[in-house]
Amino acid sequence: MLSYALKRLGIAAPTMFVVVSLSFFLMHLAPGGPFDADANLEPQVIENLKAAYDLDKPLIQQYAIYVGKVFKGDFGPSIIYQDRTVSQLIATGLPVSLRVGLSAILIAALIGISLGITAALNQNKPTDYVVMAAAMTGIAVPSFVLAPLMTLIFGVLLQMLPIATLEPSGSFARNFPALAPITPYILPVIALAIPQIAVISRLTRGAMIEVLRQNYIRTARAKGLKEQRVVWRHALQAGLLPVVSYLGPAIAGIVTGAVVVESIFQLPGMGRFFIQGAINRDYPLVLGIVIIFAGAIIMMNLIVDMLYGLLDPKVKLDA
Amino acid sequence: MAFFQAQRDAQAQLMDTAARMRGRSLWKDAAERFARNKAAMTGVVVLSIIALMSVIGPMISPHTLEDLAWDAIGLPPTFENSHWFGTDDTGRDMWVLTWTGARVSLTIGIMTTVIALSIGVIYGATAGYVGGRIDNAMMRFVDVIYALPLLFFIIILVTVFGRNIYLVFVAIGCVEWLTMARIVRGQTLSVKRKEYIEAALAAGVRTPTIVKRHVIPNVIGPVIVYVTLLVPTNILVESYLSFLGLGVQEPLTSWGVLISRGSNALETTPWLLLIPATCLALTMFCFNFIGDGLRDALDPKDR
Repeated sequence: MLSYALKRLGIAAPTMFVVVSLSFFLMHLAPGGPFDADANLEPQVIENLKAAYDLDKPLIQQYAIYVGKVFKGDFGPSIIYQDRTVSQLIATGLPVSLRVGLSAILIAALIGISLGITAALNQNKPTDYVVMAAAMTGIAVPSFVLAPLMTLIFGVLLQMLPIATLEPSGSFARNFPALAPITPYILPVIALAIPQIAVISRLTRGAMIEVLRQNYIRTARAKGLKEQRVVWRHALQAGLLPVVSYLGPAIAGIVTGAVVVESIFQLPGMGRFFIQGAINRDYPLVLGIVIIFAGAIIMMNLIVDMLYGLLDPKVKLDA
Repeated sequence: MAFFQAQRDAQAQLMDTAARMRGRSLWKDAAERFARNKAAMTGVVVLSIIALMSVIGPMISPHTLEDLAWDAIGLPPTFENSHWFGTDDTGRDMWVLTWTGARVSLTIGIMTTVIALSIGVIYGATAGYVGGRIDNAMMRFVDVIYALPLLFFIIILVTVFGRNIYLVFVAIGCVEWLTMARIVRGQTLSVKRKEYIEAALAAGVRTPTIVKRHVIPNVIGPVIVYVTLLVPTNILVESYLSFLGLGVQEPLTSWGVLISRGSNALETTPWLLLIPATCLALTMFCFNFIGDGLRDALDPKDR
């Protein structure tokens, strides 16, 4: 297991290198630059600004300087948020994004798996149809439609939850003071989790139906095990495998979905910085965020794969 | 002699039966199964209506995309003035906007899928057919890109290289071919070593015939299913981009653009969000039902 993890980390390093190089050259090869918008700046001022950000040097040299800095953990200064370094911006944005993203993935896994099992155990009964219809709706209605609707209903009309702020407010926070700190995150997390709940419940249902038909399940039932034990102990272990292998793409989906959801709910997370940075050609900011997100996705994929190895006895990770 | 005669008769009868049974090909079988699937057929009908409306919808209306009705700003859906879907906050007719948006969204969904399909099939088939070290290297490359946050790359591409619609096509298409390549490679690999291919080879069937009769029918099923699921995915990706203001630019419109504009004024003019959102959701439903139906119809496991 350990050697597998080390080997994977060995692949992760060149992957990160590809990410850095690809995004660096994509951004810099395009015509235009971050100071184009300030048309009324003196040419000399622009020259000085470019020199301050090393933008006057040949591209290869800029690349070498940048990669060298990143190795030391320095993402450089931000261009649009003056007087702040990219690391500082990430330090403010990352906790918000992590809180939203991790809660969403946890909730999606828990609810999705429970719904999927419920549907599988009631295959072709009304419960099954209701769950699957709901899942289909969750896939068909994208988060950028759900989010404004939820904002209108729970934020504006019912005044239950705060919107577009990290300050707790609304009737929910007043009635449950203990839960007040999480109220600003409820709507974004739900908006982010619903599409994943839909996919995970469909996957779980399909896998569980398949597993429940297997001979070893019949054996378990025949030897008189309680139905609960058959489902939770024997069927679930195999039934969860496709779900675990989907968690990798699910995490990537939530990371990218967070960009949109953070924009809608105006949360000061990484996604908003990324969009602002990309539109204004803030090279260091965009590159820093891409590196952090790619690193997070690669790490999560590694964890998911190791989890898969633990669950599936047929998979040998050291091979 | 009578014995041989009887045998010949039996043989003739067999040939006769075989000739009568010929009509049931693999595809006809699948088509029949698909036609029995009510959800999938409903999907086909509704999707056809949406596609048809995206072509003729704007023509039916007396209004055009450029018309700004100053006397009818923010009008709810009504039969008066033929503003069947109402008007937006600048007095443009929502009926025309919605169906023009449908045209753009569907075109983007299909074009990007064609790009992804071409790259993915060529790449995957090459890797699977050549095999060995080249296959290994090619698929490792796919693994590496797979781990990247791809929407970010699309966003970098469209912000940096200007926001024109063709770039959106290419950006999405160039990013979404990875899964296609994996599917095609896996199928090619598994089919290449199947006994029926060996049997056909041993029987002296020529390679083009083997490819046509044995390889393609067995490879293409999952590809078709994936294509029907990729079109809605790409429509969604474009809507995401347009929602963030990075995709299709005004005055051209798409469902993403309309939803984005509608969500800004949801309290006062809810139909501006609800109409394009419903169309988008319906399209998603249809493609997913069709995809599920095709999977059931083409999946060899169920035969």
